[in-house]
Amino acid sequence: MFTEHVLSLAIWLPIVGGIAVAATGDRRAPLARDLSLVVAIMTFLVTLPLYTGFNPGTHAMQFGEDYAWIEAFRIRYRLGIDGISLLLILLTSFSTVLVIVSAWRVIQVKVSQYLAAFLIMEGLMIGVFCALDGILFYVFWEAMLVPMFIIIGLWGGANRVYAAVKFFLYTFLGSVLMLVALIYLYYQSGSFDILAWHELKLGRIPQILIFLALFTAFAVKVPMWPVHTWLPDAHVEAPTGGSVILAAIMLKMGAYGFLRFSLPITPDASHELAGFMILLSLIAIVYIGFVALVQEDLKKLIAYSSIAHMGFVTLGFFIFNAQGIEGGIIQMISHGFVSGALFLCVGVLYDRMHTRQIRDYGGVANRMPIFASFMMLFALANTGLPGTSGFVGEFLVILGAFQVNVWYAFLAGTTLVFGAAYTLWMYKRVIFGAVANDQVAGLQDIDAREALYLAALAVAVLAMGVWPDPFLNLTHASVEHLLQQVSVSKL
Amino acid sequence: MTFITANVLPAAPEIFVFSMACMILIVDLFLTEPRRVVSYLLTQLTLAGAAVLTVQGLAAPGYAFNGMFVADVLAGVLKLAIYLVTFFVFAYSRDYLRDRGMFRGEYFVLGLFGVVGMMAMVSASHFLTLYLGLELLSLSLYAMVAFQRDSDQATEAAMKYFVLGAIASGMLLYGMSMLYGVTRSLDIATVRQAVSALPPDHTLLVFGLVFVVVGIAFKLGAVPFHMWVPDVYHGAPTAVTLYLGTAPKLAAFALVMRLLIGGVEHLSASWQDMLVILAVLSMGIGNIVAIAQDNLKRMLAYSSISHTGFFLLGILSASPNGYSSALFYVLVYAVMSLGSFGMIVLLSRAGFEAERLADFKGLNQRSPWYAFLMMLLMFSMAGVPPTVGFYAKLLVIQSVVNAGLVWLAVAAVLLAVIGAYYYLRVVKLMYFDDAEDRSPIAARGDVKVLLGANALSLLVSMPWIGALIDLCRQAIQGIR
Repeated sequence: MFTEHVLSLAIWLPIVGGIAVAATGDRRAPLARDLSLVVAIMTFLVTLPLYTGFNPGTHAMQFGEDYAWIEAFRIRYRLGIDGISLLLILLTSFSTVLVIVSAWRVIQVKVSQYLAAFLIMEGLMIGVFCALDGILFYVFWEAMLVPMFIIIGLWGGANRVYAAVKFFLYTFLGSVLMLVALIYLYYQSGSFDILAWHELKLGRIPQILIFLALFTAFAVKVPMWPVHTWLPDAHVEAPTGGSVILAAIMLKMGAYGFLRFSLPITPDASHELAGFMILLSLIAIVYIGFVALVQEDLKKLIAYSSIAHMGFVTLGFFIFNAQGIEGGIIQMISHGFVSGALFLCVGVLYDRMHTRQIRDYGGVANRMPIFASFMMLFALANTGLPGTSGFVGEFLVILGAFQVNVWYAFLAGTTLVFGAAYTLWMYKRVIFGAVANDQVAGLQDIDAREALYLAALAVAVLAMGVWPDPFLNLTHASVEHLLQQVSVSKL
Repeated sequence: MTFITANVLPAAPEIFVFSMACMILIVDLFLTEPRRVVSYLLTQLTLAGAAVLTVQGLAAPGYAFNGMFVADVLAGVLKLAIYLVTFFVFAYSRDYLRDRGMFRGEYFVLGLFGVVGMMAMVSASHFLTLYLGLELLSLSLYAMVAFQRDSDQATEAAMKYFVLGAIASGMLLYGMSMLYGVTRSLDIATVRQAVSALPPDHTLLVFGLVFVVVGIAFKLGAVPFHMWVPDVYHGAPTAVTLYLGTAPKLAAFALVMRLLIGGVEHLSASWQDMLVILAVLSMGIGNIVAIAQDNLKRMLAYSSISHTGFFLLGILSASPNGYSSALFYVLVYAVMSLGSFGMIVLLSRAGFEAERLADFKGLNQRSPWYAFLMMLLMFSMAGVPPTVGFYAKLLVIQSVVNAGLVWLAVAAVLLAVIGAYYYLRVVKLMYFDDAEDRSPIAARGDVKVLLGANALSLLVSMPWIGALIDLCRQAIQGIR
């Protein structure tokens, strides 16, 4: 019973729990906090059997569920995971616990709604990663916008309304074209089964149109240059938890979409447009790296760094070799940890100083040594230091790029310089030096709660950097299968 | 005698509602002001009774009045939806009317006459029945819009509505007379046969068709025949707008189905082109102009125009798949519209109309529950999953793609994104802005329950959407 429905449980437990949290109302914040933490931890525990019971030897979908839903259009409630989605689901359930903990004291307005929004979003995000029906996928994908819209707009910074509306409309616009493509695929194949679409023969022009329609949806979410402009706004204005979820998981959805939809459904179009995709990825890596260098706002800097790192992911996917794709996947997970951790670090500072401007800081290490060392680790991981998770993905992607074209590898490699430059320079200005002002002088170091979630992330970052095999092994079979699908022409 | 009963039986619900309306009219004369509620209760009872009769009638579909009247599955489904929606409308309006001294028997009697008109429309198998039903509905609506006698706005709206409605009826009649001239019949089935024997580019037929489509477009409020919609929605008392913006949409759908699909489906190549223009213009103008509105009633009026455009997309796919999608869309729209106007009625208090967008500011601070319900309604209108509004749009879009009009599907979804903006603005006002007025929201218990059920149905009906779609398909099957 349990193993048959573990995916459904992972989706619906947080959603139902979120509704229960919302029902506690505005006046019982402690109850809402406790309840949501319990739900988040339970969900994390529910997703653990996915890891222990997963068979890494096969690319077939596991933990499958399949029920009739809208029979008239053969839309089914169909779930299942492979190695790629498994990692992302674990990342989701892990990050949500941290986000709930991080909101413990910071959020004081409409607490139950805030926590409920995150729990509901967790369920929807897990749904995205395990849906195997086109419409089911789309429902989860779009429904997620609603809680995120509320999170940014209600608990965000000064310019939150603008950012929330921009976020919603931008991503909504990206997605609706995907809907048309999904319907088109339905009429070509006779069902909304994603796995059946993988086998579906398609002509060149339909493939290219489908690829472009899917591209608008996924590229906006990733986000790829030049449709990235919503991200800095959304990140800067969102509350800490919102930024963490955005960076750690939502951006991964676009990348996941490329792997689950674009590459296997339209392999020929993917090959034909690979040059275009690689170009956009390299622009993201190089140009956005420069942009990050000049940012004066901490969150904006990390947001731009996210775009550059996601450029690595898409670069890895579109060079079509095992190193590239596996590197991209590892980079996704690693970036989930690292950027989440950096946003949490900024949150720690912001809660104390209520400013995100780099120039307002300086010499924080003198007052917050423990915090400074944690942030050091995450900053170095962000630059791709060997021994941290950031290194594994970038290394694999560059390795894969070398096999295709030395110049790709060269341009991608510049990130090691720029990444180090903007991250460490930011770190230096914020953490080192003499104490800059009275506010910094009055800083208190992190408490046990903050240390807890930063330590959890630090362990994850180091574990993945030192011994990435448990992560890589999960994806081998799925990536092999994916590569094989991409290499066979559908024309 | 047996002959007469057999012939009249399919029309039993209509006869029942009509008799009850007359009775309530008389009973109301003898009621003192504090006991006016009896009229209200009798009205609701009438709707419930009609529902029972209609459900019984579903078992034995058939014709009545020499084939002028049909009780088929489509009619049954639409009638039940009309009763349900009207039941909610009356329940929502009760306090609103009482606060404004409009809690009079006439409102309910006119409402019931309107219901009879709608019922005749959905059950028409003859152009005359259709026209009779349409006029009965329209005349009731004109009177209801002018119900607040001392309001200039309402009087102006009623005049506009009356004049334009009369023009529309004239157009429709003129078109029908052309069809009659060619086919020598007003019976829809006979017209259908006669038309299919003629070439689809028969000049006189197409000429008549143009007037029929114009008449329908006027009644539906499709661009460019939409100018009355915002004024009437805005000018009428909100309780009347609530009535006018919900159930008559279902009847209008029946009008389209009986006339265009039942009668002249053979000419689909001609009306398809006309509907494409109407649909694209309606979605475009409706969605764009709605952005500029600061009055919620006007905004919802423009939103109804854009929804009309969307449902026309389903019709113009000219396939059973498209018609059933359009039916589903209209049913969902009626529920959404009901909830949204119900919300305005709920927030309005004695001497205060909560119809400006600004009146929704900070609703989340005043009442998270109502804010949540309104958010559901708005997201459903915008077609955001997982609300039912999304599935309605999905169905229509898939029928358009199926008809080979992919460009139209792309245009529709892009215009829907524009539309999302103004729905989103309502959510923004409710959640992100501070309340100007922090008075608590008082509502009767029954309204609370009904409004909650109304809005939540958009979310919790998700697992049963497949069954609903099957029902719509079944309803469409019977029509041809």
